[in-house]
Amino acid sequence: MALRALVGVKRVIDYAVKIRVKPDKTGVVTDGVKHSMNPFCEIAIEEAVRLKEKKIVSEIIAVSCGPQQCQETIRTALAMGADRGIHVDVSGKDYESLGPFQVSKILAALAKKENVNLVLLGKQAIDDDCNQTGQMTAAQLDWPQGTFASEVKVEGEKLKVVREIDGGLETISIKLPAVVTADLRLNEPRYATLPNIMKAKKKKLETVKPSDLGVTLASQVQILSVEEPPQRQAGVKVQTTEDLVAKLKEVGRI
Amino acid sequence: MQSARLTPALCRQLLRLGGPGGCRALLASSPRAHGGARLYASQAAEAVVDKARVGTESASHTEAAKTALAMDNKSFAVNMFRGEIVTDQVFPFPSVLNEEQTQTLKELVGPVSKFFEEVNNPAKNDTLEKVEDNTMEGLKQLGAFGLQVPTDLGGLGLTNTQYARLVEIVGMHDLGVGITLGAHQSIGFKGILLFGNKAQKEKYLPKLASGENIAAFCLTEPSSGSDAASIKTTAVKSPCGKFYTMNGSKIWISNGGLSEIFTVFARTVVKDESTGEVKDKISAFIVEKAFGGVTHGSPEKKMGIKASNTAEVYFDNVRVPAENVLDKEGAGFKVAMNILNNGRFGMAAALSGTMRAAITKAVEFAANRTQFGSKIHTFGIIQEKLTRMAMLHYVTESMAYMVCANMDLGVKDFQIEAAISKIFGSEAAWSVTDECIQIMGGMGYMKETGIERVMRDLRIFRIFEGTNDILRLFVALNGFQNAGTQLKQLQSAFKNPFGNAGLLVNEASKRVKRKAGLGTGLSLKGIVHPELENSGELTVQAVERFGEAVEILLIKHGKKIIDEQFLLKRVADCAIDLYAMIVVLSRASRSLSLGHPTAQHEKMLCDSWCIEAADRIQDTLKFLSTDSSKQVFKNLRGISHALVENGGVVTQHPLGF
Repeated sequence: MALRALVGVKRVIDYAVKIRVKPDKTGVVTDGVKHSMNPFCEIAIEEAVRLKEKKIVSEIIAVSCGPQQCQETIRTALAMGADRGIHVDVSGKDYESLGPFQVSKILAALAKKENVNLVLLGKQAIDDDCNQTGQMTAAQLDWPQGTFASEVKVEGEKLKVVREIDGGLETISIKLPAVVTADLRLNEPRYATLPNIMKAKKKKLETVKPSDLGVTLASQVQILSVEEPPQRQAGVKVQTTEDLVAKLKEVGRI
Repeated sequence: MQSARLTPALCRQLLRLGGPGGCRALLASSPRAHGGARLYASQAAEAVVDKARVGTESASHTEAAKTALAMDNKSFAVNMFRGEIVTDQVFPFPSVLNEEQTQTLKELVGPVSKFFEEVNNPAKNDTLEKVEDNTMEGLKQLGAFGLQVPTDLGGLGLTNTQYARLVEIVGMHDLGVGITLGAHQSIGFKGILLFGNKAQKEKYLPKLASGENIAAFCLTEPSSGSDAASIKTTAVKSPCGKFYTMNGSKIWISNGGLSEIFTVFARTVVKDESTGEVKDKISAFIVEKAFGGVTHGSPEKKMGIKASNTAEVYFDNVRVPAENVLDKEGAGFKVAMNILNNGRFGMAAALSGTMRAAITKAVEFAANRTQFGSKIHTFGIIQEKLTRMAMLHYVTESMAYMVCANMDLGVKDFQIEAAISKIFGSEAAWSVTDECIQIMGGMGYMKETGIERVMRDLRIFRIFEGTNDILRLFVALNGFQNAGTQLKQLQSAFKNPFGNAGLLVNEASKRVKRKAGLGTGLSLKGIVHPELENSGELTVQAVERFGEAVEILLIKHGKKIIDEQFLLKRVADCAIDLYAMIVVLSRASRSLSLGHPTAQHEKMLCDSWCIEAADRIQDTLKFLSTDSSKQVFKNLRGISHALVENGGVVTQHPLGF
């Protein structure tokens, strides 16, 4: 059977950007800062495209939740090989408090609406490092989950997922429909080529509101303060082992 | 003094570099004496602007049409030679991308940058003396080989401005790859894009756009470098007229060893249908390697751009179908010059990328390196270097995007500006990279730092696609020629003063004011941003002085000005400085008007540039008007002549042996 895949693509601050905290400590500076697709989401899209190339997946729908600029991220996904895109328009205050819980509700609603049987997500996003959306989405849908995937194989009605766990790999078999989150070693994502970027412009990209999906975005989380990591203090050079031991004792490390 | 003379052939060619519509005024053969009152121009000036038909192809143009052409020319550079400020093409700083084009470009910039940051390895390409196979493959997949090919023929259909922005990224990272890509699409198959007919486009462009076929531009020959019209490769038409037989060899052909498709320039015998006259003219051909008889030499060992392939290409009885002539038989020189003119903006764009990268490197070093207990960026000597680097970058970048925007707007008379941008960009990039190495000291000299490669790669940019020396003459001669046309017009107006009263009054009052040391009424007020008024005023003064000097030189030297290369070079330098002034004025004005966050920084760059450039222009023009310049020029000739006679240094060794 051909699968229909929903792939989440999150727009995040580019990995190469030096992050700065806003003076009022409510978050980080995003204005005028380069953004790109979350690298784990790239891996998720790549996996979906590969499954499509193997004729296992029939359609790939890329979805991103956030402001207008998320459409650029969706375009990238389309250029990589997704068939169409859905932009869930979330902006202003709602966007500031948008977290895994709200996104999982949106994804679950979309999965039902679009009648997909595979939801592919990155294991986490490099901005908030939550690592919750995949798990929560599976819970919302009451579907099985294969998280931290480093290998995905479709075997009939089931998925064989090799998971990266502490100290090794775990292979599980789960029933479809399912939620899978991509780990770093699942694949190496392709580059969006320029001709494909041009072609992606012709692919369908619809915009919906969370309310259209019957999802409310109320958040239980309040951000109290965002702080820079403490500056690392300069060290001191010691001459002998005795000095070292003395110093370590002095600061209470031994 | 043969060495300092400009042969009529060279002069003709330089003027024709400007493309059709050609230029003839400077090529007067016989000064025409005339009586009657003269307003300003002397007999010699009359000669300069006399109509001469030497070596022109468009004799059908009437004098009137020609004059109209010169007056309609809205090029700032052309008009500054006449002491006029025409702002149509320079103010406001053109922005030509519509919303969709901007959006598309934004989407393309990311993947191209990423490719060059993550896949391409410039040091490795340099060592291998070729673009690594996987990189080459990646570039093809990326679509980098068909940036300006129309989308329905498999390309990206980018405008010149969009192309410039992507090429800038290439220039930031790897000029060797830049040459591979540029030799392919900026000149290799540009002839097909610009002059190809439908069938030629459909046949060749799709495979060229995908990179399946690589293209090369074959003009230079062993005995024909800057003197492009002297090529010896021939293409002889078969009696049946269905094909040509091509014989000859081309040297230093970028992509020569990789290409499947060649744009080749060869001599053909062309019969004028109307007169029956037979002439030897250059034609342009699309030649496939598959035609047979096309071979190439081994890759040349070069100073830089080693990653790009450079080879000799030989044509041995190659049978080229008649339908592979580009444009029409005999139009080859025009085709060649148009291709080169159309490609120059890309160099300025690429080099502004190179400079941006070098500046980042220099700044990083200067901000972190401690000597004498301070970061070296706190020392004035380093600060001046960094600032000058930023100024040169700002000028080049502004020129590049000004020229390509004008091209996108359909402006046809951008040749002087394009030539200036190539000269300026290649010299600015050299200077910026040199200073980057200087700031980094020993570190900069080390291969590992990666700047010495850039320096080696850059050197060729002052040589190829028209050496900067030839282009300087081109800029000056084109300017003089247009100024000459205006003088000529003035003279004929004077012969019929009643019919041309308005023109005469304007011109006469301009000259009277100039003589009295008053402004000629030119102004940039209301055009430049008020905060840049001083720089605007400096520019106006410089244009006035320049126009006046050009006129005096024209009157003084007449047609012989074409032999005055010492002078032409200096006039070209002033022209370059002037164009740079107006370009940064325009860009900084826009930033101030739009309230860009960097506007005040740009104002500093712009003001500093204008103050110094105005001084340079004034000094040069003053020097040209004095007897000491005569003395210096005489010495330049004499010393050089003696060197040549002597086979090298003439002077006796200080030790006497």
